[in-house]
Amino acid sequence: MDASLPAHMRPERSFQGFILALQRFWAEQGCVILQPYDMEMGAGTFHPATTLRALGPKPWNAAYVQPSRRPKDGRYGENPNRMQHYYQFQVIMKPSPPNLQELYLKSLAAIGIDSAVHDIRFVEDDWESPTLGAWGLGWECWCDGMEVSQFTYFQQVAGFECAPVAGELTYGLERLAMYVQGVDRVYDLNFNGREGDAKVTYGDVFLQAEREYSKHNFEVADTAMLFEQFKMAEAACRKYLEAGWKDGKREAHLMALPAYDQCIKASHVFNLLDARGVISVTERQSYILRVRELAKACGEAWIHTEAGGAA
Amino acid sequence: MPDLLLELFSEEIPARMQAKAADDLRRMVTDKLVAEGLVYEGAKAFATPRRLALTVHGIPARQPDLKTERRGPKMGAPDAAVQGFLKATGLNSLDEAKIQRDPKGDFYIALIEKPGRDAIDVLAEILPVIIRTFPWPKSMRWGARSAKPGSLSWVRPLHAITATFGPETEEPDVVKFSVDGIETGQTTYGHRFMAPAAINVRRFEDYEAKLKAAKVILDPQARKDIIFADAKELTFAQGFELVEDQVLLDEVSGLVEWPVVMMGSFEEEYLAIPEEVIRATIRNNQKCFVVRDAKTGKLTNKFVLTANIEAADGGKVIVSGNERVIRPRLSDAKFFYETDLKTKLEDRLPKFEQIVFHEKLGTQAARIKRIERLAAEIAPLVGADVAKATRAAHLAKADLLTEVVGEFPEVQGLMGKYYALAQGEDASVAAACEEHYKPQGPTDRVPTDPVSVAVALADKIDTLVGFWAIDEKPTGSKDPYALRRAALGVIRIILEQSDRISLTPIFQDAIALHIMRGSDAAFEDIVRIVRNPTPNPTFLRKKGGPIEADNLASLVGDLLAFFADRLKVQLREQGARHDLVDAVFALGGQDDLLMIVRRVEALGKFLDSDDGKNLLAGIKRASNILGIEEKKDKRAFDGAPDAALYGLAEEKALAKAIGEVKVEASAAVAREDFAAAMSAMAKLRPPVDAFFDKVRVNDDDPKVRENRLKLLNEIRSATRAVADFSKIQD
Repeated sequence: MDASLPAHMRPERSFQGFILALQRFWAEQGCVILQPYDMEMGAGTFHPATTLRALGPKPWNAAYVQPSRRPKDGRYGENPNRMQHYYQFQVIMKPSPPNLQELYLKSLAAIGIDSAVHDIRFVEDDWESPTLGAWGLGWECWCDGMEVSQFTYFQQVAGFECAPVAGELTYGLERLAMYVQGVDRVYDLNFNGREGDAKVTYGDVFLQAEREYSKHNFEVADTAMLFEQFKMAEAACRKYLEAGWKDGKREAHLMALPAYDQCIKASHVFNLLDARGVISVTERQSYILRVRELAKACGEAWIHTEAGGAA
Repeated sequence: MPDLLLELFSEEIPARMQAKAADDLRRMVTDKLVAEGLVYEGAKAFATPRRLALTVHGIPARQPDLKTERRGPKMGAPDAAVQGFLKATGLNSLDEAKIQRDPKGDFYIALIEKPGRDAIDVLAEILPVIIRTFPWPKSMRWGARSAKPGSLSWVRPLHAITATFGPETEEPDVVKFSVDGIETGQTTYGHRFMAPAAINVRRFEDYEAKLKAAKVILDPQARKDIIFADAKELTFAQGFELVEDQVLLDEVSGLVEWPVVMMGSFEEEYLAIPEEVIRATIRNNQKCFVVRDAKTGKLTNKFVLTANIEAADGGKVIVSGNERVIRPRLSDAKFFYETDLKTKLEDRLPKFEQIVFHEKLGTQAARIKRIERLAAEIAPLVGADVAKATRAAHLAKADLLTEVVGEFPEVQGLMGKYYALAQGEDASVAAACEEHYKPQGPTDRVPTDPVSVAVALADKIDTLVGFWAIDEKPTGSKDPYALRRAALGVIRIILEQSDRISLTPIFQDAIALHIMRGSDAAFEDIVRIVRNPTPNPTFLRKKGGPIEADNLASLVGDLLAFFADRLKVQLREQGARHDLVDAVFALGGQDDLLMIVRRVEALGKFLDSDDGKNLLAGIKRASNILGIEEKKDKRAFDGAPDAALYGLAEEKALAKAIGEVKVEASAAVAREDFAAAMSAMAKLRPPVDAFFDKVRVNDDDPKVRENRLKLLNEIRSATRAVADFSKIQD
């Protein structure tokens, strides 16, 4: 931790200070610090900076905050730590550096978690994303019995082997910050690190949104429109993928990213439909498979682009 | 003699894989050593979250020299053959070969001496192969090297390999090799946080001691002992008692290199949650032990955690951190439990209409309906109240849709019981919600309440019949629907309850219920067709569903044969004579497991007696003769022998005895007095022995011969009252 920081910027006092500390730490490790992707998605892994950049031979080190939307997890702002919208901090390093575990532990120190008094553990957790056709091995990282991060060595993404393998870290920011700030209710987090009248809490920023979106996600979201949007996104994705092959030959692709946006879109629309309870158990599986097919096709396109290592 | 020390230092190995990995490492290295002629004195392997270690002591420093002989061409063979022989054996000329005299022609022999290699060189060759082919259940690639095909796969990134070899008295050598860029050496590392510095190690003794000084307990058993002893002491000191949990202990010991046991607590209000749910919450999510009050035996609001560090503050932060995690978990569990209590079990059932049990076997709702009806059919046979059995079957699966079971699948059934009691169900009905899943394995107890028995049998038989009907039977090691367990469950329930049940009609009922899917025909009508399928086979096809008319006929027999197999396995495990099961099943129409086992037992006792052994020999002799003669004449010798053709006293005596024994044995069997049936059988022995002593079966008079063969056949058929003796192994 940087002792020269003013009190309101310290990670144990302020949610934004906490995020800034993480960004700064990973910037110092050579990561590009990206801003959130401008689309709704269920996890930071969906960001093309992870999903697509994990594929292909080119080195890639990045870190970013990604707002994550999980419509089903909404609790109308009544649950102390479940929300339909929260922040993930995502780090991806390709190839995975040999000291990634140490870097991770240092990052915890940077946000005020001292490994001399806390019990930090790496507990087996294999990661799999059926919608992304991806899997990896790693751990959930525990601090005093609480899961604070996911640590994964990607083995396969979009159905393709990762060569080289990327290491991915995902921090649940609110949960970690609650621990560091010592609050039991996410809405009580001090957001800006100020006290008195100047203090802004997480609740000030997000509580109303949680209530509104919970109502929207569970009760009102227009399912007819969403079903239509799913189909449209799926069709658009296929169309862009098809049109992206240079000279119609499957050698170089020119539109992997726009096509992948539609895959992200389809995935989020599916999550909304799922929250509305209009997708039956058997249909659910087939929707997941449809998204996975899109993801795989986008991965295939990506590895035929320049950044995907084709050139 | 020299010892080997091997350590594979990696990132955290999943706890559940450690014990087997240590064992695999020991087995693979020692097998290879032995195969290389290096017979060692002892070996032991260890695992911690970050390392696999192996010590093999007493390995010879060198392989023994190997002398082999190689046979060459005959003397005077063409030159090409001779040259080939010389080339293959490395001899300079035939002068160096020995000549072996042989009546079929003398030939050359080459004596090849292969000098043994130094063990350290052998190790340098075998260890990298073992590392590359190590059987992790799941392994992964990592780092820059993973860009290339053929890079090392390990359970998690492998960082260092220590491999030393040498005798106790000398500085050991490093076994030199490298795997995927990792060079062997003698450097390892201590505890990740308390002693992360590099440690130079020489051999196992200083390795283990230095690790201990660096806050790593190498031996998993030692870690378990520490956790167990400390946890007991800590709880005892406060008047509590640790709830022991071997599986959890195994797991926890695989999560730490330096166990530090501490106790935390939670709010007493959570003790309103069923104990099993508290335990599941704390155990599954937090890997902590729960604690009982020594006096009342009830759970207390304490838990025992195992940290991996001696914290600078004595563990205050760690305990309060764990408490902060457990609190919301219990709060969730309490909320789930209370929410569940607001909905009656039967009100959950409509949701099962949407849940597919198996694509070909329909929804859970359909399955529950079948089990209800089948339980009602079975109830009178096991002394259960029909209405209660039906009600229990109706509710038994409902807890699958509760929040608590959704969160903790291992309390399925148990929660059903709690919720059933809470909504005022009969105690037997509530108990069946839990008990009908039993027995879950060979050591699990079987249900005893008749209502539970009826539902348990119905549940298992419905499953077995269903999967048999769609031809999803277990094969080899594959049994994805645990059908062997289900059949063994049925067998154990019936035998341990001493229930008299003919399985055939129950199977037929279950078949009828499967056929009824999507049909509004009456159950009784379909059962009638199933019991006698010939008149209207098209009915089944027309109605669709999982069962085709073609396999209907064989289904019951097939399933009974599967039960016979399972019964044999069960008897073999109890040390009983399982081959006798075949002898009883071969009689046909045997579907009452209790009677089969009683018969097998009586038969076993009989065959242990002299009378039994001799009679078996006599019957086998009769069968053999009959077999030969039947083949010769291409006919069977059935039908009653003609008394007028008996010429010898022994013939008459045997015929008389057969007549008496037949009647007596059949009557005893009808009384189910198998011991008496066997005693009756024993009476056959003297006349059978006398017959074979004095009577020549193949008489010159073909009529007499035929008659005597018919008499032999009568022995066989008389003994079939109790068993098919031809199936009994000697």
